Amino acid sequence: MPFSAPPPASGEPFVLSASLDNARHLSSLLRAVHFQDHATCFATASGLRVTVEDAKCIQANAFIQAEIFQEFAVQEESVMFRINLSVLLDCLTIFGTSSLPGTSTALRMCYRGYGYPLMLFLEEGGVVTVCKINTQEPEELLDFDFCSTKVVNKIILQSEGLREAFAELDMTSEVLQITMSPDKPYFRLSTFGNAGSAHLDYPRDSDLMEAFHCNQTQTNRYKISLLKPSTKALALSCKVSIRTDAQGFLSLQYMIRNEDGQICFVE
Amino acid sequence: MRFRAKIVDLACLNNFSRVINTIAKLAKTCTLRLTVCKLYFILSDKVANGGASMWCELCQGNFFDEFQMEGVAAEHNEIYLELVPENLSRALKTAHSAKALKIKLTNKHCPCLRVAVELPSLSSSSRIVTHDIPVGIIPRRIWNDFREPTVPDFDVSIYLPVLKTMKSVVERMKNLSNFIVIEANLSGEMNLKIETDLVSVTTHFKDLGNPPWASEDGCQSSAQGRDLESMAVARIDIKKLQQLLAGQQVNPTKALCNIVSKRIVHFVLLHEDVSLQYFIPALA
Repeated sequence: MPFSAPPPASGEPFVLSASLDNARHLSSLLRAVHFQDHATCFATASGLRVTVEDAKCIQANAFIQAEIFQEFAVQEESVMFRINLSVLLDCLTIFGTSSLPGTSTALRMCYRGYGYPLMLFLEEGGVVTVCKINTQEPEELLDFDFCSTKVVNKIILQSEGLREAFAELDMTSEVLQITMSPDKPYFRLSTFGNAGSAHLDYPRDSDLMEAFHCNQTQTNRYKISLLKPSTKALALSCKVSIRTDAQGFLSLQYMIRNEDGQICFVE
Repeated sequence: MRFRAKIVDLACLNNFSRVINTIAKLAKTCTLRLTVCKLYFILSDKVANGGASMWCELCQGNFFDEFQMEGVAAEHNEIYLELVPENLSRALKTAHSAKALKIKLTNKHCPCLRVAVELPSLSSSSRIVTHDIPVGIIPRRIWNDFREPTVPDFDVSIYLPVLKTMKSVVERMKNLSNFIVIEANLSGEMNLKIETDLVSVTTHFKDLGNPPWASEDGCQSSAQGRDLESMAVARIDIKKLQQLLAGQQVNPTKALCNIVSKRIVHFVLLHEDVSLQYFIPALA
C-alpha cells in the first residue's frame, strides 16, 4: 500500500514526488548501474534517469519511466541532483534484499528542490523507515553524442547467450575485442590473455540472435575493465542490444523485465 | 578437578553447536563455568570487550546424556575455564552427523578440553576425530569477577521486533554509520536511528508490547509512574548489536530489551533450553 507522506512544513510543494508499491522495481535497476559511489538523478515528467560515470570513459544510464510508478509528479521542467548511490541503495533495501512471496516494500520519494535532502519513506509489514539523504550539486555529464541515426552495426541478442561468455572472459586480457561483420565471423568476442587468445563466435542464424543489422566489418578493442561493470546489467536483463558507430563507440542497451512484467532499460 | 560429558542425541548435538556458534559471534574469549546442573558462558565487561558483557546459561540435562563434574574443592564444586569459543565451534563443525560427542577436561601438557567426535563409518570400528582445545583454569580467588549481572534499574522494558526485520535493518544501517540510537517507550514503540553527515535513517516499530516485570521490593520503581510516550534512549556501537542479531540462527521464544537511558541496553533472548543476556553500554 502506498505510504502517504506528511505535508511539507513550509507548504512548499515537492518538486519531485513519487510512489512505488514495490521498491525492488527501483533498487534492482539502480544496482545494475552501481559501479561508482555517486550518481546523477535527472527527473522529468516522463520518468527518472540515473547516470553513473567512470573516468570520463564510460557512462551508464538507468531509465525508469513514470508508468512504472504508482504516482510520479515533477513540478518543474526537470529536476537534477547528485546523490550517493551506495547510500541510496542501502536505504531502498533497508528491509533486506531477499524477496519473500507476498511481501514487498512500499516506497514514497520526495524532493523539495535544490539544497534539500532526498526523503524516502519505506514501509514493509507495518514497519516504517524514514531516510533523509543529502544531495549535491549535479556535475556535468558526458555527452558521447551517440546518435541512433549514425549507428553502423547493430545486434540484438538474448542475454542468456552473453551471460556465460562474459562470466568466463579471460580477465588477464587487457582488452575485449569485438568484431561485428556482415560476413563471417558475424559477431566475435576475443581476448588476449596470459594463457593465449580466446575467440567466441556467434553465428547470425543462431536462436539467440534476435536482430542482426551489420553493414560494415568493424573490429574494435575496448578496455576490459570498463566493460566489467556492465555484467550487473547483463545479469538482470532478458535482451541486450549492441551498437557501434563510425568512431567505434560502443553502446550496450539492456532490456530488463521486473517482477510485474514491466520493462525498463539500462544502457 | 574433573569433567567429562557425552552427547549421543543428534538433535541435542546440533542444538549445542548452535549455542556455541552464537557465543563465538559475541566473544573472542570467554569464561566457561561448569556446575553440577548448568553450563555458563560469561563475558565480563572489561574495557577490552568494548564494555559489552554477556551471560549465557544452559541446563546440562537438556543437552548431555552423561555429565560428570568435580569442582576445585568440595565446598566450591565448580570449574571456571577461559576459552576461545571459536575453537569449540570449529571442533563441533565436524559433528554434523556424529554418532556421539565426548568432552573431557585433560591436562597432558597443558589444560585442554578434549572434544572427541565419533563419526559413522562403513567398517565395524568407528572413526574418531579428536580436537584438543587449550583452556585456562581460572583460579578461585577471581571467581567473583564472574558473578551474574543484576537486571539494571531500567527506564523502559520492551519486546524486540521480529528479529529477521531487525537484523536486515541493522545490517544496512551498519553500512552507513558506526553508531545506532535505540529508543523505546512503554507504549510498545521502538525506533532505531542513525545519523551522519550524509544521511539519517529512522526505523519505527509499533505494537511491540512491554513485558510486565513484577516489582520486587519496588526496585523497578523507576519504570512505574513513567509517562507512556516518553522514550528511553541509548546510543550504542552498531557492530555489537549486529553481532548479537547475526548470532541468532533460530527465533527465540522470548526476546526483549531493557533500556537505561544513556547508560546501558540489556538484551534478553530466551530459547527453550538456553537463556542469553547481553549488555551493551551506551556511548556519549
